[in-house]
Amino acid sequence: MRFTLITGRTVAQGDAMEKGKTEEEFMKACAIVELDPEDMEKLGVREGDTVKVKTSEGELVLWVRKAPGEQPGVAFIPMGPWANYLIGGDTEATGMPPYKVVDAEITPERGKVPSLEELLRLYTREEVR
Amino acid sequence: MRVTHRDVVCSFCGTLCDDIEVDVEDGRIAEVRHACRIGTTKFLSASRHEHRLLKPMVRENGRLKEVSLEEAVERAAEILAGAQRPLLYGWSSTSCEAQSVGIELAEVLGGVIDNTSTVCHGPSTIAVHEAGFISCTLGEVKNRADLVIYWGANPMHAHPRHLSRYSIYPRGYFRERGHQDRTLVVVDVRRTDTARLAQKFVRVQPGRDYELISALRAVVNGRKLPMDEVAGVSREDIEELAEMMKSCSFGVLFFGMGLTQSPGRHRNIDNAICLVRDLNTYTKFVIMPMRGHYNVVGFSEVLSWQAGFPFAVDFSKGYAWYNPGETTANDVLQRGECDAMLVVASDPVSNFPKPSVENMLKMPIVAIDVHPTPTTMVADVVIPAAIAGIEVEGTAYRMDVVPLRLRKVVEPPEGVLSDVEVLQRILERVKEIKG
Ligand code: SF4
Repeated sequence: MRFTLITGRTVAQGDAMEKGKTEEEFMKACAIVELDPEDMEKLGVREGDTVKVKTSEGELVLWVRKAPGEQPGVAFIPMGPWANYLIGGDTEATGMPPYKVVDAEITPERGKVPSLEELLRLYTREEVR
Repeated sequence: MRVTHRDVVCSFCGTLCDDIEVDVEDGRIAEVRHACRIGTTKFLSASRHEHRLLKPMVRENGRLKEVSLEEAVERAAEILAGAQRPLLYGWSSTSCEAQSVGIELAEVLGGVIDNTSTVCHGPSTIAVHEAGFISCTLGEVKNRADLVIYWGANPMHAHPRHLSRYSIYPRGYFRERGHQDRTLVVVDVRRTDTARLAQKFVRVQPGRDYELISALRAVVNGRKLPMDEVAGVSREDIEELAEMMKSCSFGVLFFGMGLTQSPGRHRNIDNAICLVRDLNTYTKFVIMPMRGHYNVVGFSEVLSWQAGFPFAVDFSKGYAWYNPGETTANDVLQRGECDAMLVVASDPVSNFPKPSVENMLKMPIVAIDVHPTPTTMVADVVIPAAIAGIEVEGTAYRMDVVPLRLRKVVEPPEGVLSDVEVLQRILERVKEIKG
């Protein structure tokens, strides 16, 4: 299903980041995608299931979370290394990358959500330096 | 013994709450009052030393190894002085005093210096160059505002006490009944937790804010819209919102990343500033960016004093050169125009988009920070720092450009210096190497 991807701050992400980004709570706060309840039904997924989110930049398996209010067609990922693995670099000569309003394809997928270290390994394709 | 510090400033977000109470017992923070969930965690986690960076480290044979501070400073200075055009990035979560030393270091190195504005309100700054700015202090909002609009901002998550301290809930001089004397409007693509509190929620289609702002300007200026809806918002809703804006006595438009990071970027802000300018024909209206990091504003102030520009300054030509799109961190990284990085109080490996991170991982990185982050995990030199506003004093600027004094309530972990001291040591050593 096609979605418009938005990334941004959440209070859980801010809280977890101050506790420490290398701890599990940070991953639980960030490696998620918030969807509209009706869109979740259409996809046939429930809170806590995993989905594959794919953009022109890359794809990742993330946990599904129900959004706090309606947001039809919009997928939200809290800012952080998981979200940004899906974001491209074109700043349109403003310095600002396209962190919001990105085309994404979301499909139900049973898979493993990458840990922080696994995610960094996707970049370096080796052990974290 | 328990000591209570009152009126402490919270050094997390740009709201910079200055009414925090911190209880210190046996040199550790025991209790925090008045702060929000994030602010409370920031204070309490300062005393969890087991989760902090405590020892300087240098990468050897692929692994980070603990070294003395002298060795780490030496290695950092070698990397930076040996680079042709280093990028010095971060700066928004430290004091103005540290920022000032960092800017001098960038000049001595002939590098590029940029702060997190570049990925938050850089576009707003560009828009202010184009259109000017009609703003006020948060004190004026508290005392006067009767219409408060958050556009593309979700303060209940990003600035949790913004509504309760300044915009909606406090009683003000002319708003004696607090929230009963004010109207809250939220414009967003999602019904966020902030939108759920609003008297009026306007759902705009993603990426179409510019059109909606233009439609509002047309209606405010007395035109009739020829179409039934704009950007997913009905003509009736647009007319109602325009009327609310014109008929209030003091309106404020707070805007966030929903405008700066969406298609249109600075043009969205330029148009929003023009809307506010138009509204001042009818009433008093102001506009303010919701600045994220607690001292992101301070960096622009200090850089403007020292180099004449607010962010993204390149010293490689021997003088200060500012050209967003060219000298901004992500553009420099993606074009491969820097060959080393100094990261201070920031985590670009988490917060930059994939193409920038891929290039970052190709160059040596020196990181100065408080906690381990993905950036310190991949850095070549890691130097721990004390937390400004908890373990060291300093100056920070609130989102409305009001400077506040950061306090010290506990001692930093043993052997851990402030950003200012670490940067001064690197600067001294770089000057020696450069001759
Ligand atoms: S709103 Fe911001 S400044 Fe105030 S306590 Fe929360 S994090 Fe700290």
